[in-house]
Amino acid sequence: MEDEQSFSDISGGRLSLQRRYYTQSCREFCLNCPRLSLRSLTAVTCTVWLVAYGLFALCENSMILSSAIFITLIGLLGYLHFVKIDQETLLIIDSLGIQMTSSYASGKESTTFIEMGKVKDIVINEAIYMQKVIYYLCILLKDPLEPQEISQVVPVFQRRDEKEMKTCSTTSPFVKFPPAGEDSRLEPRSLSL
Amino acid sequence: MVLKAFFPTCCASADSGLLVGRWVPEQGFAVVLAVVHFPFIPLQVRELLARVQRASQVGLAVLGTWCHRRREPEESLGRFLEGLGALFTHKPWLQLSREPDSRRWNCKVSSPGAPCGEDQVMLIFYDQRQVLLAQLHPPATLPDRRAGDATATAAEGGLAAVFHTVARSEALFQSDRFDEGPVRLTHWQSEGVEASILVELAKWASGPVCLLLSSLLSLLSWLSTWRLCRLCPLAFLCSKLCTCQQLRLRLQHLQLVFSTQKAEDPAQLMRKANTLVSVLLDVALGLALLSWLHREDRIGQLADALVPVADRVAEELQQLLEWLMGAPAGLKMNRALDQVLGRFFLYHIHLWISYIHLMSPFVERILWHVGLSACLGLTVALSLLSDILALLTFHIYCFYVYGARLYCLKVCGLSSLWRLFRGKKWNVLRQRVDSCSYDLDQLFIGTLLFTILLFLLPTTALYYLVFTLLRLLVVAVQGLIHLLVDLVNSLPLYSLGLRLCRPYRLAAGVKFRVLERESDGPLRLLMQINPLPYSHVVHNFRLPSCGCHPRQSWSSLCRKLFFGELIYPWRQRGDKQD
Repeated sequence: MEDEQSFSDISGGRLSLQRRYYTQSCREFCLNCPRLSLRSLTAVTCTVWLVAYGLFALCENSMILSSAIFITLIGLLGYLHFVKIDQETLLIIDSLGIQMTSSYASGKESTTFIEMGKVKDIVINEAIYMQKVIYYLCILLKDPLEPQEISQVVPVFQRRDEKEMKTCSTTSPFVKFPPAGEDSRLEPRSLSL
Repeated sequence: MVLKAFFPTCCASADSGLLVGRWVPEQGFAVVLAVVHFPFIPLQVRELLARVQRASQVGLAVLGTWCHRRREPEESLGRFLEGLGALFTHKPWLQLSREPDSRRWNCKVSSPGAPCGEDQVMLIFYDQRQVLLAQLHPPATLPDRRAGDATATAAEGGLAAVFHTVARSEALFQSDRFDEGPVRLTHWQSEGVEASILVELAKWASGPVCLLLSSLLSLLSWLSTWRLCRLCPLAFLCSKLCTCQQLRLRLQHLQLVFSTQKAEDPAQLMRKANTLVSVLLDVALGLALLSWLHREDRIGQLADALVPVADRVAEELQQLLEWLMGAPAGLKMNRALDQVLGRFFLYHIHLWISYIHLMSPFVERILWHVGLSACLGLTVALSLLSDILALLTFHIYCFYVYGARLYCLKVCGLSSLWRLFRGKKWNVLRQRVDSCSYDLDQLFIGTLLFTILLFLLPTTALYYLVFTLLRLLVVAVQGLIHLLVDLVNSLPLYSLGLRLCRPYRLAAGVKFRVLERESDGPLRLLMQINPLPYSHVVHNFRLPSCGCHPRQSWSSLCRKLFFGELIYPWRQRGDKQD
């Protein structure tokens, strides 16, 4: 079973959320960001090159031009490999754990798997971002030494959006899979930033 | 709870038989380790399991049956397999089967209470070899629980239990596929041990060689703690010279590598391997440097170039001093003080030049011996270079110290006289500033002194500034050399190579992939090892280095520079506290 909805992220960009239900106990949420657009790529490259040509006209040193080429190439590679996230996936497997995968535009995938035993709670946090309050979903991890304490707060979708939070709180997938021996509450909690 | 059956990928094409593994009731895990083939005698299977259980301390059992239908469905086999459930009692009893078209898998679980449907089973494939060899980071068992192994197995939870089970059941994997034993198994097995005479000889020789080398090394370390070496100037010199520290560090490393005790845990083994690779790389680089130096008489050229360079530096310094004695950058200094300071420093330079000329006949021989030290490793040669640099720029250091002391004196005097100016004083007993009423004479003298010091300050400050800049240049060069030495000393090359070639050996965790699913079959997942990121590898397995470079913050450095306190490049971490 699969369905798709589109949302907008906090800066107004377009996002699409895919939900896949494999079985009762295994679901996947997939957040797709728009691909790198040709227009912005061209704009950035042209800007760098115009600046480089301006400097070249002033100094008449060809090193500037070659360094502009390198800056463009390395910047593009670094952006694609470390910054631009194409897809974020949340795979929830009942009584086994939560897996978060971010695929970068270059094909790199970084995966984190959190076992259900380590999850203390799943909450919606509020945070102050620029001049507004945003809400985001995050996982609280147990401290292995003291089970009552929280050792880490893991935000789930880095490219979060507001609308999606609302849908999550109404048709939440997490309510149906409480971690073993824990009652999973969904309550907003403010955390000091 | 959903039952999760962990099934090794290597058994997916095995013939029908019995599933052998461990049942973890807390999480509902059924970890299949091997498949026992027909024909077998149930008693012998039980004996094998008991034997493995004794060796591995992990409770093994027959979990269910495995049916691989190669041809058309065989009714008789299915019924026979169902009958086996009565023979080996285990709850829940797993019934895995695979259809001939190789896509369809079926999994039935019959537990005594309620018969579960197919939705309640999850099939998770894992690569037995990778899981066997992987080391989880951070370790799943807490360090304080490691003492009692039995409690550790009970306390660990989740996927660590799967890793633990597979790693402990190595005794099960030792039987070969082609053995004609009473029980035939399918599981992961190595491709066969490479038998080489050289490897065997090396294994045999390693014990005595380690013993010999470790005794030699302990003799060396005993010599270094001898009383003669503890005499005052030698010990002081050793604590200041980077070369001595580097040699001591390398001695410790070699003692660690050649110690005859076996490594207790994987972390120690990794540290040993990292140290060995670091030492080997160091020596290889050092030998390359040595061969480069001794080709085409480069040492002679260096020695010929060194003395003129030192002369040149001294000349430049002389010019700088003469410039400072005039009107530097149009500033008007106090003429008398300027002349006194300038002459003082010029005399020092004169002394220095004569010292260099006295040394010049021996420079080549010294350099030759220094070059020989490169066969001890590149780091030793670099440390020697740093020491030589420190010795050759000794005059700059002297100038800096004089300038800093004078400047410090003036700043302290000014600050205390400024307090007098405001009618206050520093109370030593209470460590605070108290108000105090001064006499007229005291105030007069104090104000006079304050004025004199204030007007002489720019001259001293200028000298201080110039020589501090020179000193900082030398310190920066030395710091760079130390950084290089630290990099070679502490980079965990073996771990990085392991991460590059065998990513599954250093596991940060696992990741799952959902496999294509038939409409009515169980959910199938593929469990893969999530390798540790490179930054974590470097961070986790960094070797401890001697830490010769200063670990002070920029703000404290600036503060020290402003108040004229001395800065040392060779200050150690231990000294920082006092």
